[in-house]
Amino acid sequence: MSFLIDSSIMITSQILFFGFGWLFFMRQLFKDYEVRQYVVQVIFSVTFAFSCTMFELIIFEILGVLNSSSRYFHWKMNLCVILLILVFMVPFYIGYFIVSNIRLLHKQRLLFSCLLWLTFMYFFWKLGDPFPILSPKHGILSIEQLISRVGVIGVTLMALLSGFGAVNCPYTYMSYFLRNVTDTDILALERRLLQTIDMIISKKKRMAMARRTMFQKGEVHNKPSGFWGMIKSVTTSAPGSENLTLIQQEVDALEELSRQLFLETADLYATKERIEYSKTFKGKYFNFLGYFFSIYCVWKIFMATINIVFDRVGKTDPVTRGIEITVNYLGIQFDFFYAISSSKSSNVIVLLLAQIMGMYFVSSVLLIRMSMPLEYRTIITEVLGELQFNFYHHWFDVIFLVSALSSILFLYLAHKQAPEKHMAP
Amino acid sequence: MASAFVSFTGVGKSSLVHLLCQNQVLGNPSWTVGCSVDVRVHDYKEGTPEEKTYYIELWDIGGSVGSASSVKSTRAVFYNSVNGIILVHDLTNKKSSQNLYRWSLEALNRDLVPTGVLVTNGDYDREQFADNQIPLLVIGTKLDQIHESKRHEVLTRTAFLAEDFNAEEINLDCTNPRYLAAGSSNAVKLSRFFDKIPGFPDRKRFGGAALKNLHYD
Repeated sequence: MSFLIDSSIMITSQILFFGFGWLFFMRQLFKDYEVRQYVVQVIFSVTFAFSCTMFELIIFEILGVLNSSSRYFHWKMNLCVILLILVFMVPFYIGYFIVSNIRLLHKQRLLFSCLLWLTFMYFFWKLGDPFPILSPKHGILSIEQLISRVGVIGVTLMALLSGFGAVNCPYTYMSYFLRNVTDTDILALERRLLQTIDMIISKKKRMAMARRTMFQKGEVHNKPSGFWGMIKSVTTSAPGSENLTLIQQEVDALEELSRQLFLETADLYATKERIEYSKTFKGKYFNFLGYFFSIYCVWKIFMATINIVFDRVGKTDPVTRGIEITVNYLGIQFDFFYAISSSKSSNVIVLLLAQIMGMYFVSSVLLIRMSMPLEYRTIITEVLGELQFNFYHHWFDVIFLVSALSSILFLYLAHKQAPEKHMAP
Repeated sequence: MASAFVSFTGVGKSSLVHLLCQNQVLGNPSWTVGCSVDVRVHDYKEGTPEEKTYYIELWDIGGSVGSASSVKSTRAVFYNSVNGIILVHDLTNKKSSQNLYRWSLEALNRDLVPTGVLVTNGDYDREQFADNQIPLLVIGTKLDQIHESKRHEVLTRTAFLAEDFNAEEINLDCTNPRYLAAGSSNAVKLSRFFDKIPGFPDRKRFGGAALKNLHYD
């Protein structure tokens, strides 16, 4: 009887999460696109729903809500479903949509997506070998095997994001790093941009005139196509077309320059906005936070180094650390996704997002175990078997450190390079 | 003189510009950063005794309406010298045509400021298009990807859209040059649009055969 009540509570909460994920998909991710393949939306919402349910179960565990045997049952079921989705369904659909975008393989989509999925499974399996994840007494297709691999990937992702976020956040919010940008700088750059475009235009006008002359004189200037075309064009080339190719090269160089200038101008505008923002109250508040945050991040990096050097497992859990940093960073991640998505790849991007999210949540569960008091750990240990949890923490520290150091290096280089470009007359 | 293309990203402006200027299909379209320009040779008042040949610059301005305001400010510099606007949308994607209103506001705002008319952001006001001096053209791309059965519904919707803008409309497929073949109704509409671009009559003229009348702006 109580089992039924508990199950109905779980199911209603799952439906709620599902609806939330659906709304999020419609409003945020697919704001500017038309949804043609509803399966993508469904998969995304389902992944979201089950990921949230896992966290909900942990909270229930701590608070002691619901019957413990029904909790155990739901844990198992939830885990099975999530693994099914993450390992079987989402990769398959990602492969399917990638293959549908390539025109050549359009006819045999299913075949190629199955092949792609099999390759993914092979690498996924191989992933488990070099890591000391399991004790050897489990069978091949058990939950533990799958979870361990998903866990490794998820933990790596989290550590990468946390490392980058730990360095990027203070950099973004602290005004110490803001370069001084004046309006005259922006105007000068815009003038250069327009001048470059004018040069492109005049060259293209010459090309258009030359093409029209050749056309009217009866020479048809065909682009050499195929192998024989190329050989022919080497031996016999009309004088007009030689001129054209020269101008075309100049135009290509100028176009590249104009793109660079555009990006630099956009960068300057963004910096100017940040300077203005930092003068407001909100900006000052975030600046203050930024200082605190940077001290916190430096301390975390220091702790990670110590953990690795002295080979001990951290008492503090990396999850809270990771979650804090990446909650801020996720906002930036979504912008990145908007920027790189187009109407063709939007499906693939959303599925990738679902995959990352799912793996992220699973590994959070793994890492959370460490920080929970003993009496609550039992259920996770029961469900997940005897995974070597210490390994995960160690691995997280390593990747976190590597990611943080490389992003420091990267940002330092980018920061140094930028002011020199603007100093040039 | 210049006319600017604006639309959402991924719609096919670069292919369209390439088709218009070089009468060839663009083999490898890639994402446009900033603005790319191309030049079309246009015969003003074709077929009449006053026929003159001009250059028209087509500025293909890339981007999305929802992009960061820093990108929008940078784009604003391109709208300065614009004499005509071509709004491009994707026939397979309804939301790209809904975004056209915001695009036209962004582009037109630049030119309405000198006359002192302030336009409220985001609100669509039909009157502002009625006495708009800048000629508009609405082009819908990817016509080949619309199934035969849905074509009628899609074309009715776009006809309403073009009417709202007080503009002509053309629907085509950028990978097929026959949509703009000489003499087709699309080509005629295009010619008429380019003829409307202000600035033609008061250019200096050189007498002589058509080819020698290439005017430099």
